[in-house]
Amino acid sequence: MLLLAIDTATSAVTVAVHDGDRVLGEHTEVEARRHAEILTPTIERVMDQAGRRPADFTAIAVGVGPGPFTGLRVGVATAVTLGLALDVPAYGVCSLDAIAQSVRESGMTQDFLVATDARRKEVYWARYRSHADRVERVSGLPGVDRPAELPEDLRALPVAGRGPLLYPDSFGQPLEQGDVDAGSLARFALGELAAGRELLPVQPLYLRQPDAQPASAQKSVLAR
Amino acid sequence: MSGPLILGVESSCDETGVAFVRGNELLGDVVASSVDEHARFGGVVPEVASRAHLEALVPTIRRACEETGHKLADVDAIAVTSGPGLAGALMVGVSAAKALSWALDKPLYGVNHLAAHVCADVLDHGPLPEPTVALLVSGGHTNLLLVRDIASDVVELGSTIDDAAGEAFDKVARVLELPYPGGPHIERAAADGDPQAIRFPRGLTARKDLEKHRFDYSFSGLKTAVVRWVQERQVAGEPVPVADVAASFNEAVVDVLTAKAIDACRTHGINDLQIGGGVTANSRLRALAEERCAAAGISLRVPRVRLCTDNGAMVAALGSQLVQRGLPPSSLDLPADSSMPVSEVKAS
Ligand SMILES: [Zn+2]
Repeated sequence: MLLLAIDTATSAVTVAVHDGDRVLGEHTEVEARRHAEILTPTIERVMDQAGRRPADFTAIAVGVGPGPFTGLRVGVATAVTLGLALDVPAYGVCSLDAIAQSVRESGMTQDFLVATDARRKEVYWARYRSHADRVERVSGLPGVDRPAELPEDLRALPVAGRGPLLYPDSFGQPLEQGDVDAGSLARFALGELAAGRELLPVQPLYLRQPDAQPASAQKSVLAR
Repeated sequence: MSGPLILGVESSCDETGVAFVRGNELLGDVVASSVDEHARFGGVVPEVASRAHLEALVPTIRRACEETGHKLADVDAIAVTSGPGLAGALMVGVSAAKALSWALDKPLYGVNHLAAHVCADVLDHGPLPEPTVALLVSGGHTNLLLVRDIASDVVELGSTIDDAAGEAFDKVARVLELPYPGGPHIERAAADGDPQAIRFPRGLTARKDLEKHRFDYSFSGLKTAVVRWVQERQVAGEPVPVADVAASFNEAVVDVLTAKAIDACRTHGINDLQIGGGVTANSRLRALAEERCAAAGISLRVPRVRLCTDNGAMVAALGSQLVQRGLPPSSLDLPADSSMPVSEVKAS
């Protein structure tokens, strides 16, 4: 098997190739900003390094957020199109789960939080528990809230993601893992699939409605 | 059938378009529109459009393949609108096109949306006469272009300095309590009205404006004039003659659109005018353009309406011109350029 893992839900553009046993190649562009520009060239580069061709893929796993929408869509659009063009299945992974996977892999054994930048002074967050063989999201679907408005006991947990870097006053113990790395995302996806657990549909986890006001009738000047 | 097989992808505004073109021939063209989702907002909401593009992406590509009987692996090149347009919307199409290019190992051409509009006519009427003047009018653009070579030499003579013509229709429709999008509803209301009933202003046609803005357009003053005229009737306690207002507004728009286009042809000694963009659905625009072109000895080309609105066909058509002329493809790291200048027909 050959899994392509990509994520564009954080400020990183990250790509990994996993053959079922190990990561064959991985590259992460931090502070990427230009997600649409660099994602496919990064995929090309990682695949070239791994000595594989596009036709070698058997599956794709992509971070479906939550994350800033524009960048997030770059990864999802790329994944669904690759899936179509190469006729391979594409799976969605909650991007916070991928960060949690790398926290667990670093040896974390207690509960922890992942909080990423949701802009507008808010964070996307979820609570995780490390098990011997996997990490589990124990707080349901990720939330989107102002950091200071999260319950005290949550904020006291060790926190991964950019949240604690952006809002140091609201979080107690920042962890090292800031952005998603695709190697962790690949291992998380393969672990879930091997255990027979379902991954997510390949659709962005938006968690917010589009920011728009319906046109008001007051614009009309006709008398009623 | 001869020529390269090109897949075109369009996502710059509210239509997700995918089409196959071989040479100058359109083989199949599928468009998914999010226009209904924008109706309650009275205009295109970028985030709503971007979400819709992503949802429509794979089904639209699939349908284009089914309609033409072509597989993605058959294509010789992929063309995509890389700008101008809504940044988030463009990124969906650009990302998809790059994925296709890499997965299929086929060259990628990032093309200019405005030049693609001009090129759409190739699919209906064959090779473009060059040079030609092109007038593009839609909800997103109002441009007057000088096209010396569609693949490499397109110059902007003028554009709107405020609202696009289609936007003006939307805004006036709202004032008249007509639904979104305004164009077709204004035209329907105008059918029973007198276009000469009210003399609404023609933007940037005064002598002082002509010096600096000879080939530019302005529609915000016209909209304001319509609002003021309607309000005056109400203050006076008179009924508002919606049909006359719609007809007179429509006439003001198409008058200035066509007058400046003809002037551009004359000024540059060009005998060919092409009109594209969604507002070409307006029958009065087409009729007045025909009348004035005939009087001025200019031959007019207008593609069928389906090809005037945003679609993948026009993108594939331009991609096909670039491939046929042996121009190098764009780089795989090409950006989605929301303000891509029209002089840049192809992204490097
Ligand atoms: Zn357009």
